[in-house]
Amino acid sequence: MSAVPTPAEALVSVDNIHTYYGKSHILHGVTLHIGAGEVVGLLGRNGVGKSTTLKTIMGLARPSQGEVRLAGRAITGLPAHKLARLGVGYVPEDRRIFRFLTVMENLRTGLDRHGVTSVRKQELLDKVFTYFPVLAERRQQPGGTLSGGEQQMLAIARAMMLEPRIILLDEPTEGLMPRMVSQIGQIIGALHRDGVAILLVEQNVPLTLEASERIYIMEKGLVRHHCTASDINVNDAAIRQYLGV
Amino acid sequence: MAAVLEILSTIPYDQILIQTVNGIVTGMILALVASGLTLIFGIMDVVNFAHGELFMLGAYVGVIVLAATGSFWLALVGATLVVALLGAALQIVTLRPLLGRDPLTTILATFGISLVLQNYALWQFGPVARKIGEPFTGQFTLFYLDYPWYRIVIALLSAAIIGALWLFLKFGTWGIWIRATTQDRVMAQAMGIPVPRVLTGVFAIGAGMAAASGVLFGPLVGVNHVMGVDWVLKAFIVVVVGGMGNLAGSIAAAIFISLLEAYASLWVSPAQAVIVSFVVLILTLLFRPTGLFVPTPK
Repeated sequence: MSAVPTPAEALVSVDNIHTYYGKSHILHGVTLHIGAGEVVGLLGRNGVGKSTTLKTIMGLARPSQGEVRLAGRAITGLPAHKLARLGVGYVPEDRRIFRFLTVMENLRTGLDRHGVTSVRKQELLDKVFTYFPVLAERRQQPGGTLSGGEQQMLAIARAMMLEPRIILLDEPTEGLMPRMVSQIGQIIGALHRDGVAILLVEQNVPLTLEASERIYIMEKGLVRHHCTASDINVNDAAIRQYLGV
Repeated sequence: MAAVLEILSTIPYDQILIQTVNGIVTGMILALVASGLTLIFGIMDVVNFAHGELFMLGAYVGVIVLAATGSFWLALVGATLVVALLGAALQIVTLRPLLGRDPLTTILATFGISLVLQNYALWQFGPVARKIGEPFTGQFTLFYLDYPWYRIVIALLSAAIIGALWLFLKFGTWGIWIRATTQDRVMAQAMGIPVPRVLTGVFAIGAGMAAASGVLFGPLVGVNHVMGVDWVLKAFIVVVVGGMGNLAGSIAAAIFISLLEAYASLWVSPAQAVIVSFVVLILTLLFRPTGLFVPTPK
Protein backbone atom coordinates (compact mmCIF):
# COMPACT_ATOMS: atom_id res chain seq x y z
CA MET A 1 0.00 0.00 0.00
CA SER A 2 1.53 3.32 -0.97
CA ALA A 3 2.02 6.10 1.58
CA VAL A 4 -0.58 8.78 1.09
CA PRO A 5 -1.67 11.61 3.31
CA THR A 6 -4.79 10.76 5.33
CA PRO A 7 -6.63 13.51 7.14
CA ALA A 8 -5.37 13.88 10.70
CA GLU A 9 -8.91 14.52 11.96
CA ALA A 10 -10.93 11.96 10.02
CA LEU A 11 -14.70 12.58 9.83
CA VAL A 12 -15.33 8.87 9.40
CA SER A 13 -12.81 6.23 10.49
CA VAL A 14 -13.33 2.59 9.72
CA ASP A 15 -10.88 0.41 11.61
CA ASN A 16 -10.39 -3.26 10.90
CA ILE A 17 -14.05 -4.16 10.42
CA HIS A 18 -15.18 -7.72 9.82
CA THR A 19 -18.74 -8.20 8.58
CA TYR A 20 -20.63 -11.43 7.95
CA TYR A 21 -23.86 -12.16 6.08
CA GLY A 22 -24.99 -15.28 7.86
CA LYS A 23 -21.94 -17.54 7.69
CA SER A 24 -20.35 -15.71 4.73
CA HIS A 25 -17.38 -13.64 5.81
CA ILE A 26 -17.64 -10.55 3.56
CA LEU A 27 -15.30 -7.94 5.07
CA HIS A 28 -11.97 -9.23 6.36
CA GLY A 29 -10.68 -6.23 8.28
CA VAL A 30 -11.40 -3.14 6.19
CA THR A 31 -9.70 0.07 7.29
CA LEU A 32 -10.28 3.45 5.68
CA HIS A 33 -10.68 7.11 6.60
CA ILE A 34 -12.58 10.02 5.12
CA GLY A 35 -11.81 13.59 6.08
CA ALA A 36 -14.38 16.36 6.49
CA GLY A 37 -15.44 17.66 3.08
CA GLU A 38 -13.29 15.10 1.28
CA VAL A 39 -14.37 12.99 -1.71
CA VAL A 40 -12.95 9.49 -1.46
CA GLY A 41 -13.41 6.80 -4.10
CA LEU A 42 -13.82 3.13 -3.27
CA LEU A 43 -13.09 0.92 -6.26
CA GLY A 44 -13.07 -2.82 -6.80
CA ARG A 45 -14.64 -5.56 -8.85
CA ASN A 46 -18.13 -6.85 -8.19
CA GLY A 47 -18.54 -8.78 -4.97
CA VAL A 48 -15.39 -7.54 -3.19
CA GLY A 49 -17.38 -5.92 -0.34
CA LYS A 50 -17.67 -2.26 -1.39
CA SER A 51 -21.43 -2.02 -0.80
CA THR A 52 -21.10 -4.02 2.43
CA THR A 53 -18.53 -1.49 3.63
CA LEU A 54 -21.05 1.31 3.05
CA LYS A 55 -23.82 -0.68 4.74
CA THR A 56 -21.58 -1.34 7.73
CA ILE A 57 -20.77 2.36 8.09
CA MET A 58 -24.50 3.16 7.77
CA GLY A 59 -25.48 0.70 10.49
CA LEU A 60 -27.38 -1.54 8.05
CA ALA A 61 -24.93 -4.42 8.54
CA ARG A 62 -23.45 -5.06 11.95
CA PRO A 63 -19.72 -5.77 12.08
CA SER A 64 -18.61 -8.66 14.27
CA GLN A 65 -15.30 -6.96 14.92
CA GLY A 66 -13.70 -3.54 14.41
CA GLU A 67 -14.87 -0.01 14.96
CA VAL A 68 -16.52 2.80 13.02
CA ARG A 69 -16.13 6.37 14.31
CA LEU A 70 -17.88 9.55 13.23
CA ALA A 71 -16.01 12.73 14.20
CA GLY A 72 -14.24 10.77 16.91
CA ARG A 73 -17.41 9.23 18.35
CA ALA A 74 -17.80 5.45 18.21
CA ILE A 75 -20.90 4.67 16.13
CA THR A 76 -20.42 0.92 15.65
CA GLY A 77 -23.73 -0.86 16.05
CA LEU A 78 -25.84 2.32 16.26
CA PRO A 79 -29.12 1.89 14.35
CA ALA A 80 -29.28 3.50 10.92
CA HIS A 81 -31.93 6.05 11.88
CA LYS A 82 -29.69 7.46 14.60
CA LEU A 83 -26.75 7.66 12.19
CA ALA A 84 -28.90 9.48 9.67
CA ARG A 85 -29.77 12.04 12.35
CA LEU A 86 -26.05 12.38 13.15
CA GLY A 87 -25.40 13.44 9.57
CA VAL A 88 -24.69 10.29 7.56
CA GLY A 89 -26.58 10.24 4.25
CA TYR A 90 -26.92 7.04 2.23
CA VAL A 91 -27.71 6.66 -1.47
CA PRO A 92 -27.94 2.91 -2.13
CA GLU A 93 -26.94 1.07 -5.26
CA ASP A 94 -30.46 0.47 -6.53
CA ARG A 95 -31.68 3.98 -5.45
CA ARG A 96 -34.53 2.55 -3.37
CA ILE A 97 -36.71 5.62 -3.61
CA PHE A 98 -40.16 5.23 -2.06
CA ARG A 99 -42.01 4.41 -5.29
CA PHE A 100 -45.53 5.14 -4.06
CA LEU A 101 -44.63 8.40 -2.33
CA THR A 102 -44.54 11.59 -4.39
CA VAL A 103 -41.23 13.34 -4.99
CA MET A 104 -42.14 15.86 -2.29
CA GLU A 105 -43.07 13.10 0.19
CA ASN A 106 -39.81 11.31 -0.56
CA LEU A 107 -37.98 14.51 0.34
CA ARG A 108 -40.10 14.99 3.46
CA THR A 109 -38.95 11.64 4.86
CA GLY A 110 -35.62 13.32 5.58
CA LEU A 111 -36.83 16.89 5.95
CA ASP A 112 -39.46 16.51 8.66
CA ARG A 113 -37.05 16.22 11.53
CA HIS A 114 -37.21 17.57 15.03
CA GLY A 115 -35.54 20.94 15.33
CA VAL A 116 -35.65 21.95 11.64
CA THR A 117 -37.51 25.27 11.28
CA SER A 118 -39.88 25.84 8.38
CA VAL A 119 -37.50 28.53 7.06
CA ARG A 120 -34.64 26.02 7.05
CA LYS A 121 -36.85 23.41 5.38
CA GLN A 122 -37.66 25.85 2.59
CA GLU A 123 -33.97 26.71 2.18
CA LEU A 124 -33.09 23.02 1.83
CA LEU A 125 -35.87 22.47 -0.69
CA ASP A 126 -34.82 25.55 -2.68
CA LYS A 127 -31.28 24.22 -2.73
CA VAL A 128 -32.15 20.77 -4.09
CA PHE A 129 -34.58 22.24 -6.60
CA THR A 130 -31.74 24.49 -7.81
CA TYR A 131 -29.49 21.43 -8.17
CA PHE A 132 -32.26 19.30 -9.68
CA PRO A 133 -34.85 21.56 -11.41
CA VAL A 134 -36.62 18.51 -12.85
CA LEU A 135 -37.59 17.40 -9.33
CA ALA A 136 -39.33 20.73 -8.74
CA GLU A 137 -41.40 20.14 -11.89
CA ARG A 138 -42.29 16.63 -10.76
CA ARG A 139 -42.78 17.28 -7.06
CA GLN A 140 -46.32 15.86 -6.98
CA GLN A 141 -45.48 12.81 -9.12
CA PRO A 142 -45.02 9.36 -7.51
CA GLY A 143 -41.34 8.44 -7.31
CA GLY A 144 -41.94 5.19 -9.20
CA THR A 145 -43.02 7.08 -12.32
CA LEU A 146 -39.69 8.93 -12.67
CA SER A 147 -37.02 7.84 -15.17
CA GLY A 148 -33.89 6.06 -13.89
CA GLY A 149 -31.83 9.27 -13.96
CA GLU A 150 -34.54 11.25 -12.21
CA GLN A 151 -34.82 8.55 -9.55
CA GLN A 152 -31.08 8.80 -8.97
CA MET A 153 -31.39 12.57 -8.59
CA LEU A 154 -34.24 12.05 -6.12
CA ALA A 155 -32.17 9.53 -4.14
CA ILE A 156 -29.32 12.08 -3.83
CA ALA A 157 -31.72 14.97 -3.12
CA ARG A 158 -33.45 12.89 -0.44
CA ALA A 159 -30.12 12.23 1.30
CA MET A 160 -29.33 15.97 1.11
CA MET A 161 -32.48 16.69 3.14
CA LEU A 162 -30.67 15.26 6.17
CA GLU A 163 -28.04 18.04 5.92
CA PRO A 164 -25.40 15.30 6.00
CA ARG A 165 -21.76 15.73 6.88
CA ILE A 166 -21.00 12.74 4.67
CA ILE A 167 -22.91 10.96 1.90
CA LEU A 168 -22.25 7.31 1.14
CA LEU A 169 -22.88 7.07 -2.62
CA ASP A 170 -23.19 3.54 -3.97
CA GLU A 171 -22.80 3.31 -7.76
CA PRO A 172 -24.79 6.45 -8.56
CA THR A 173 -24.18 6.23 -12.32
CA GLU A 174 -25.14 2.57 -12.77
CA GLY A 175 -27.42 2.14 -15.75
CA LEU A 176 -27.58 5.84 -16.59
CA MET A 177 -27.10 7.41 -20.02
CA PRO A 178 -23.86 9.42 -20.56
CA ARG A 179 -25.57 12.81 -20.21
CA MET A 180 -26.90 11.79 -16.81
CA VAL A 181 -23.52 10.40 -15.77
CA SER A 182 -21.85 13.77 -16.37
CA GLN A 183 -24.69 15.47 -14.47
CA ILE A 184 -24.11 13.17 -11.48
CA GLY A 185 -20.39 14.07 -11.69
CA GLN A 186 -21.32 17.76 -11.50
CA ILE A 187 -23.56 17.14 -8.49
CA ILE A 188 -20.73 15.37 -6.67
CA GLY A 189 -18.55 18.42 -7.40
CA ALA A 190 -21.25 20.78 -6.09
CA LEU A 191 -21.67 18.75 -2.88
CA HIS A 192 -17.88 18.79 -2.44
CA ARG A 193 -17.84 22.58 -2.78
CA ASP A 194 -20.59 22.75 -0.14
CA GLY A 195 -18.26 20.93 2.25
CA VAL A 196 -20.05 17.57 2.23
CA ALA A 197 -17.72 14.57 2.44
CA ILE A 198 -18.46 11.74 0.01
CA LEU A 199 -17.49 8.09 0.00
CA LEU A 200 -18.07 7.12 -3.61
CA VAL A 201 -18.39 3.49 -4.67
CA GLU A 202 -18.29 3.26 -8.46
CA GLN A 203 -17.60 0.99 -11.41
CA ASN A 204 -17.04 4.08 -13.55
CA VAL A 205 -13.29 4.52 -12.99
CA PRO A 206 -12.77 7.77 -14.97
CA LEU A 207 -15.60 9.50 -13.09
CA THR A 208 -14.27 8.29 -9.73
CA LEU A 209 -10.74 9.46 -10.50
CA GLU A 210 -12.01 12.84 -11.64
CA ALA A 211 -14.31 13.38 -8.63
CA SER A 212 -12.13 11.95 -5.83
CA GLU A 213 -9.10 13.18 -3.98
CA ARG A 214 -8.09 9.75 -2.67
CA ILE A 215 -8.83 6.23 -3.80
CA TYR A 216 -9.12 2.95 -1.94
CA ILE A 217 -9.14 -0.25 -4.00
CA MET A 218 -10.70 -3.37 -2.50
CA GLU A 219 -10.21 -7.02 -3.27
CA LYS A 220 -11.71 -10.03 -1.47
CA GLY A 221 -13.08 -8.06 1.44
CA LEU A 222 -9.91 -6.07 2.11
CA VAL A 223 -8.46 -2.71 1.10
CA ARG A 224 -5.49 -3.68 -1.09
CA HIS A 225 -4.41 -0.30 -2.38
CA HIS A 226 -4.64 3.28 -1.19
CA CYS A 227 -3.38 6.31 -3.09
CA THR A 228 -4.29 9.78 -4.28
CA ALA A 229 -6.34 10.03 -7.44
CA SER A 230 -3.48 11.90 -9.12
CA ASP A 231 -1.13 8.95 -8.37
CA ILE A 232 -3.39 6.65 -10.33
CA ASN A 233 -3.73 9.16 -13.13
CA VAL A 234 0.06 9.05 -13.45
CA ASN A 235 0.51 5.32 -12.89
CA ASP A 236 -2.49 3.09 -13.45
CA ALA A 237 -0.82 -0.24 -12.60
CA ALA A 238 -3.05 -0.71 -9.56
CA ILE A 239 -6.16 -0.18 -11.65
CA ARG A 240 -4.99 -2.81 -14.10
CA GLN A 241 -3.98 -5.19 -11.33
CA TYR A 242 -7.13 -5.03 -9.19
CA LEU A 243 -9.83 -3.96 -11.62
CA GLY A 244 -8.52 -5.48 -14.85
CA VAL A 245 -9.30 -2.34 -16.90
CA MET B 1 -92.31 -9.73 -21.89
CA ALA B 2 -95.09 -10.68 -19.50
CA ALA B 3 -92.84 -13.28 -17.91
CA VAL B 4 -90.09 -10.69 -17.35
CA LEU B 5 -92.59 -8.31 -15.76
CA GLU B 6 -93.84 -11.10 -13.55
CA ILE B 7 -90.29 -11.88 -12.35
CA LEU B 8 -89.61 -8.17 -11.76
CA SER B 9 -92.81 -7.85 -9.75
CA THR B 10 -91.72 -10.68 -7.42
CA ILE B 11 -88.44 -8.98 -6.43
CA PRO B 12 -88.82 -7.64 -2.87
CA TYR B 13 -87.44 -4.12 -3.50
CA ASP B 14 -88.26 -2.90 0.01
CA GLN B 15 -86.36 -5.79 1.60
CA ILE B 16 -83.44 -5.29 -0.76
CA LEU B 17 -83.19 -1.63 0.25
CA ILE B 18 -83.37 -2.52 3.95
CA GLN B 19 -80.66 -5.14 3.50
CA THR B 20 -78.54 -2.64 1.56
CA VAL B 21 -78.64 -0.29 4.56
CA ASN B 22 -77.90 -3.21 6.92
CA GLY B 23 -75.04 -4.38 4.72
CA ILE B 24 -73.46 -0.93 4.59
CA VAL B 25 -73.75 -0.47 8.38
CA THR B 26 -72.17 -3.86 9.12
CA GLY B 27 -69.65 -3.28 6.34
CA MET B 28 -68.46 -0.02 7.87
CA ILE B 29 -67.91 -1.62 11.30
CA LEU B 30 -66.10 -4.51 9.62
CA ALA B 31 -64.05 -2.01 7.60
CA LEU B 32 -63.00 -0.31 10.84
CA VAL B 33 -61.88 -3.62 12.37
CA ALA B 34 -60.23 -4.77 9.13
CA SER B 35 -58.42 -1.49 8.46
CA GLY B 36 -56.58 -1.82 11.79
CA LEU B 37 -55.72 -5.41 10.92
CA THR B 38 -54.54 -4.59 7.39
CA LEU B 39 -52.55 -1.59 8.63
CA ILE B 40 -50.68 -3.82 11.07
CA PHE B 41 -50.10 -6.48 8.42
CA GLY B 42 -49.15 -4.04 5.64
CA ILE B 43 -46.59 -2.19 7.70
CA MET B 44 -45.34 -4.70 10.20
CA ASP B 45 -45.83 -7.99 8.30
CA VAL B 46 -47.56 -9.23 11.43
CA VAL B 47 -50.72 -11.31 11.19
CA ASN B 48 -52.36 -10.14 14.39
CA PHE B 49 -54.43 -12.95 15.83
CA ALA B 50 -55.09 -10.85 18.94
CA HIS B 51 -57.02 -8.21 16.97
CA GLY B 52 -60.40 -9.64 17.97
CA GLU B 53 -59.39 -9.54 21.64
CA LEU B 54 -58.38 -5.87 21.33
CA PHE B 55 -61.87 -5.29 19.87
CA MET B 56 -63.37 -7.14 22.86
CA LEU B 57 -61.20 -5.32 25.40
CA GLY B 58 -62.24 -2.01 23.84
CA ALA B 59 -65.87 -2.93 24.44
CA TYR B 60 -65.15 -3.88 28.09
CA VAL B 61 -63.18 -0.68 28.74
CA GLY B 62 -66.15 1.12 27.18
CA VAL B 63 -68.49 -0.63 29.64
CA ILE B 64 -66.30 0.48 32.58
CA VAL B 65 -65.92 4.11 31.44
CA LEU B 66 -69.62 4.30 30.63
CA ALA B 67 -70.51 3.03 34.11
CA ALA B 68 -68.12 5.57 35.69
CA THR B 69 -68.99 8.64 33.62
CA GLY B 70 -72.37 7.92 32.05
CA SER B 71 -71.08 9.28 28.74
CA PHE B 72 -70.97 7.01 25.69
CA TRP B 73 -68.64 9.42 23.89
CA LEU B 74 -66.17 9.48 26.78
CA ALA B 75 -66.36 5.67 26.78
CA LEU B 76 -65.54 5.64 23.05
CA VAL B 77 -62.55 7.99 23.39
CA GLY B 78 -61.36 6.42 26.66
CA ALA B 79 -61.49 2.85 25.35
CA THR B 80 -59.66 3.86 22.16
CA LEU B 81 -56.85 5.52 24.11
CA VAL B 82 -56.53 2.83 26.79
CA VAL B 83 -56.42 -0.03 24.27
CA ALA B 84 -54.05 1.93 21.99
CA LEU B 85 -51.65 2.27 24.94
CA LEU B 86 -52.09 -1.40 25.79
CA GLY B 87 -51.39 -2.24 22.13
CA ALA B 88 -48.18 -0.16 22.24
CA ALA B 89 -47.07 -1.97 25.39
CA LEU B 90 -47.88 -5.40 23.89
CA GLN B 91 -45.93 -4.56 20.74
CA ILE B 92 -42.87 -3.41 22.70
CA VAL B 93 -42.88 -6.42 25.01
CA THR B 94 -43.85 -9.23 22.65
CA LEU B 95 -43.44 -8.27 18.99
CA ARG B 96 -40.45 -5.92 18.96
CA PRO B 97 -38.06 -8.63 20.17
CA LEU B 98 -39.26 -10.84 17.28
CA LEU B 99 -38.47 -8.27 14.55
CA GLY B 100 -36.67 -9.90 11.65
CA ARG B 101 -37.46 -13.43 12.89
CA ASP B 102 -39.57 -16.07 11.13
CA PRO B 103 -43.15 -14.70 10.63
CA LEU B 104 -44.42 -17.86 12.33
CA THR B 105 -43.03 -16.56 15.64
CA THR B 106 -45.20 -13.42 15.47
CA ILE B 107 -48.25 -15.53 14.57
CA LEU B 108 -47.65 -17.69 17.64
CA ALA B 109 -47.00 -14.63 19.81
CA THR B 110 -50.24 -12.88 18.79
CA PHE B 111 -52.16 -16.12 19.15
CA GLY B 112 -50.77 -16.41 22.68
CA ILE B 113 -51.73 -12.80 23.44
CA SER B 114 -55.26 -13.52 22.19
CA LEU B 115 -55.63 -16.50 24.56
CA VAL B 116 -54.30 -14.53 27.51
CA LEU B 117 -56.58 -11.53 26.86
CA GLN B 118 -59.64 -13.69 26.27
CA ASN B 119 -59.14 -15.63 29.50
CA TYR B 120 -58.27 -12.48 31.42
CA ALA B 121 -61.61 -11.00 30.31
CA LEU B 122 -63.45 -14.19 31.34
CA TRP B 123 -61.75 -14.12 34.75
CA GLN B 124 -62.26 -10.40 35.29
CA PHE B 125 -65.77 -9.87 33.88
CA GLY B 126 -67.32 -13.34 33.97
CA PRO B 127 -69.23 -15.19 31.27
CA VAL B 128 -72.40 -13.07 31.43
CA ALA B 129 -72.65 -10.55 28.60
CA ARG B 130 -72.57 -6.86 29.54
CA LYS B 131 -74.54 -4.19 27.74
CA ILE B 132 -73.48 -0.80 26.42
CA GLY B 133 -76.46 1.54 26.17
CA GLU B 134 -77.09 3.24 22.83
CA PRO B 135 -76.27 6.96 22.85
CA PHE B 136 -79.39 7.58 20.70
CA THR B 137 -82.62 5.69 21.02
CA GLY B 138 -84.46 7.37 18.13
CA GLN B 139 -85.79 5.46 15.14
CA PHE B 140 -87.01 6.32 11.68
CA THR B 141 -89.41 4.46 9.44
CA LEU B 142 -87.88 2.43 6.64
CA PHE B 143 -90.81 0.81 4.80
CA TYR B 144 -92.38 -1.46 7.42
CA LEU B 145 -89.43 -1.22 9.89
CA ASP B 146 -88.57 1.17 12.70
CA TYR B 147 -84.89 1.50 11.90
CA PRO B 148 -82.61 2.74 14.74
CA TRP B 149 -80.76 5.97 14.00
CA TYR B 150 -77.86 4.59 16.01
CA ARG B 151 -77.02 2.11 13.24
CA ILE B 152 -76.70 4.98 10.77
CA VAL B 153 -74.54 6.87 13.29
CA ILE B 154 -72.23 3.83 13.59
CA ALA B 155 -71.72 3.75 9.82
CA LEU B 156 -71.03 7.50 9.71
CA LEU B 157 -68.66 7.40 12.70
CA SER B 158 -66.78 4.43 11.26
CA ALA B 159 -66.46 6.29 7.96
CA ALA B 160 -65.24 9.38 9.85
CA ILE B 161 -62.60 7.39 11.78
CA ILE B 162 -61.38 5.69 8.58
CA GLY B 163 -61.38 9.09 6.83
CA ALA B 164 -59.31 10.59 9.66
CA LEU B 165 -56.86 7.68 9.38
CA TRP B 166 -56.56 8.30 5.63
CA LEU B 167 -55.91 12.03 6.14
CA PHE B 168 -53.32 11.21 8.82
CA LEU B 169 -51.55 8.72 6.54
CA LYS B 170 -51.72 11.04 3.55
CA PHE B 171 -50.63 14.36 5.02
CA GLY B 172 -49.11 13.89 8.49
CA THR B 173 -45.36 13.53 9.02
CA TRP B 174 -46.00 10.27 10.86
CA GLY B 175 -48.29 9.23 8.00
CA ILE B 176 -45.46 9.71 5.51
CA TRP B 177 -43.08 7.85 7.82
CA ILE B 178 -45.56 4.98 8.08
CA ARG B 179 -46.02 4.77 4.30
CA ALA B 180 -42.27 4.98 3.73
CA THR B 181 -41.72 2.20 6.29
CA THR B 182 -44.33 0.05 4.51
CA GLN B 183 -42.50 0.39 1.21
CA ASP B 184 -38.90 -0.03 2.33
CA ARG B 185 -38.12 -0.49 6.01
CA VAL B 186 -34.34 -0.44 5.54
CA MET B 187 -34.32 2.75 3.49
CA ALA B 188 -36.77 4.37 5.89
CA GLN B 189 -34.23 3.79 8.66
CA ALA B 190 -31.46 5.20 6.50
CA MET B 191 -33.56 8.36 6.11
CA GLY B 192 -33.63 8.85 9.87
CA ILE B 193 -37.15 7.47 10.40
CA PRO B 194 -37.30 5.81 13.84
CA VAL B 195 -38.71 2.56 12.46
CA PRO B 196 -39.10 0.73 15.82
CA ARG B 197 -41.20 3.64 17.14
CA VAL B 198 -43.20 3.77 13.90
CA LEU B 199 -44.01 0.04 14.23
CA THR B 200 -45.14 0.54 17.83
CA GLY B 201 -47.24 3.52 16.77
CA VAL B 202 -48.88 1.51 13.99
CA PHE B 203 -49.78 -1.31 16.36
CA ALA B 204 -51.22 1.24 18.79
CA ILE B 205 -53.32 2.83 16.03
CA GLY B 206 -54.58 -0.59 14.89
CA ALA B 207 -55.42 -1.53 18.49
CA GLY B 208 -57.19 1.79 19.07
CA MET B 209 -59.29 1.30 15.93
CA ALA B 210 -60.26 -2.21 17.05
CA ALA B 211 -61.27 -0.81 20.45
CA ALA B 212 -63.33 1.97 18.87
CA SER B 213 -65.21 -0.58 16.77
CA GLY B 214 -65.79 -2.69 19.90
CA VAL B 215 -67.44 0.25 21.69
CA LEU B 216 -69.45 1.30 18.63
CA PHE B 217 -70.70 -2.23 18.09
CA GLY B 218 -71.28 -2.90 21.79
CA PRO B 219 -74.85 -1.54 21.87
CA LEU B 220 -75.92 -3.88 19.04
CA VAL B 221 -74.69 -7.10 20.71
CA GLY B 222 -73.79 -8.12 24.22
CA VAL B 223 -70.20 -7.54 25.34
CA ASN B 224 -68.56 -10.85 26.23
CA HIS B 225 -65.11 -12.40 26.21
CA VAL B 226 -65.53 -14.15 22.84
CA MET B 227 -67.22 -11.32 20.94
CA GLY B 228 -64.01 -10.64 19.00
CA VAL B 229 -63.67 -14.16 17.59
CA ASP B 230 -66.36 -13.90 14.89
CA TRP B 231 -65.34 -10.40 13.94
CA VAL B 232 -61.69 -11.11 13.58
CA LEU B 233 -62.45 -14.13 11.40
CA LYS B 234 -64.57 -11.96 9.13
CA ALA B 235 -61.93 -9.23 9.22
CA PHE B 236 -59.30 -11.74 8.08
CA ILE B 237 -61.54 -12.76 5.16
CA VAL B 238 -61.97 -9.09 4.27
CA VAL B 239 -58.23 -8.42 4.47
CA VAL B 240 -57.46 -11.37 2.15
CA VAL B 241 -60.25 -10.53 -0.31
CA GLY B 242 -59.27 -6.84 -0.30
CA GLY B 243 -55.58 -7.60 -0.78
CA MET B 244 -53.28 -8.08 2.22
CA GLY B 245 -52.08 -4.72 3.50
CA ASN B 246 -54.26 -2.72 1.10
CA LEU B 247 -56.34 -0.28 3.17
CA ALA B 248 -58.72 0.87 0.41
CA GLY B 249 -59.13 -2.75 -0.74
CA SER B 250 -60.08 -3.85 2.78
CA ILE B 251 -62.74 -1.16 3.06
CA ALA B 252 -64.21 -2.07 -0.33
CA ALA B 253 -64.10 -5.80 0.54
CA ALA B 254 -65.77 -5.20 3.93
CA ILE B 255 -68.71 -3.44 2.30
CA PHE B 256 -68.84 -5.92 -0.59
CA ILE B 257 -68.92 -9.01 1.66
CA SER B 258 -71.37 -7.48 4.14
CA LEU B 259 -73.73 -6.53 1.31
CA LEU B 260 -73.51 -10.03 -0.16
CA GLU B 261 -74.28 -11.57 3.24
CA ALA B 262 -77.15 -9.15 3.79
CA TYR B 263 -78.69 -9.99 0.40
CA ALA B 264 -78.15 -13.72 0.93
CA SER B 265 -80.06 -13.55 4.22
CA LEU B 266 -83.16 -12.56 2.21
CA TRP B 267 -83.39 -16.15 1.07
CA VAL B 268 -81.52 -18.15 3.70
CA SER B 269 -81.04 -17.76 7.45
CA PRO B 270 -78.35 -15.25 8.59
CA ALA B 271 -76.29 -18.17 9.94
CA GLN B 272 -76.30 -19.77 6.47
CA ALA B 273 -75.62 -16.42 4.80
CA VAL B 274 -72.16 -16.38 6.42
CA ILE B 275 -71.22 -19.12 3.94
CA VAL B 276 -71.21 -16.45 1.23
CA SER B 277 -68.13 -14.79 2.70
CA PHE B 278 -66.27 -18.11 2.75
CA VAL B 279 -67.26 -18.74 -0.87
CA VAL B 280 -65.91 -15.30 -1.82
CA LEU B 281 -62.72 -16.07 0.12
CA ILE B 282 -62.20 -19.40 -1.62
CA LEU B 283 -62.91 -17.96 -5.08
CA THR B 284 -60.51 -15.09 -4.38
CA LEU B 285 -57.75 -17.44 -3.27
CA LEU B 286 -58.33 -19.63 -6.33
CA PHE B 287 -58.59 -16.99 -9.03
CA ARG B 288 -57.08 -13.78 -7.68
CA PRO B 289 -54.92 -14.54 -4.64
CA THR B 290 -53.47 -11.02 -4.51
CA GLY B 291 -56.95 -9.69 -3.69
CA LEU B 292 -60.08 -8.62 -5.56
CA PHE B 293 -59.51 -4.93 -5.06
CA VAL B 294 -55.86 -4.71 -6.04
CA PRO B 295 -55.06 -3.36 -9.52
CA THR B 296 -53.78 -6.04 -11.90
CA PRO B 297 -49.99 -5.74 -12.17
CA LYS B 298 -48.97 -4.48 -15.63
